[in-house]
Amino acid sequence: MKIREVVALLDAKVFGNEQMLENEVEFAFSSDLMSDVLTVKTQNVLLLTGLANIQSLRTAEMSDVINVIYVRGKRITDDMKELAEENGILLMECNYSMFRASGILYKAGIKPIY
Amino acid sequence: MHFEYNVKSGDFSNAGSASSQIKKVLKQLNVDSVTIKRIVVALYEAEVNVVAHSFGGTIFADVTAEEIILVLKDTGPGIPDITKAMQEGFSTASPQVREMGFGAGMGLPNIKKNADKLEIRSEVGVGTEVKIMVKLS
Repeated sequence: MKIREVVALLDAKVFGNEQMLENEVEFAFSSDLMSDVLTVKTQNVLLLTGLANIQSLRTAEMSDVINVIYVRGKRITDDMKELAEENGILLMECNYSMFRASGILYKAGIKPIY
Repeated sequence: MHFEYNVKSGDFSNAGSASSQIKKVLKQLNVDSVTIKRIVVALYEAEVNVVAHSFGGTIFADVTAEEIILVLKDTGPGIPDITKAMQEGFSTASPQVREMGFGAGMGLPNIKKNADKLEIRSEVGVGTEVKIMVKLS
């Protein structure tokens, strides 16, 4: 699925360039615990998290995650935007809960890792 | 190639910057992405540990055509029981570290999973040295 569709399904606000909306995702992982994210071996995973801080982005960078959705209305800060841009990571804000956002994407065909 | 990075205690906003720089070096060296991910995940976990638990330390990275050796040397409280620290779920992390999304007692076990070889030496009241080796070929 293209990120463009993910954005529409979750009514998300995007921080990144237009071209990144063409990113393809097959798998998603939802967690507020970055220690868990760092154990994921699957490549090209869409990360859903409510942890809006620099460390969630560093975790994404180390885990080769290039698409991150912040759920529960968490706001992306300027330093997060800067780090994301530096590493080619697309950021999204979504007002839905983690459960709702994950459920919508699962129903639409995005696969779980485990 | 040899690199050194200073890691400050409690500096969570910069935790991961050394791992980020190593990642860029490995990309330039055309190391495959799966191996890069193993290396930087292990290094990042160890870097966060230095920020979270020590009084500060240094990361020494040596890259050859065959392998990368990462040594994280810190001064600090040390690890009283390394076997216990290696158990999944065991953690002495502060609430601040947990708020950052860490401190679930998964760091050291995850470093071991991603490394080809892991050595930990620690002296209580002095500091800890973590040596991570990953083959590049």
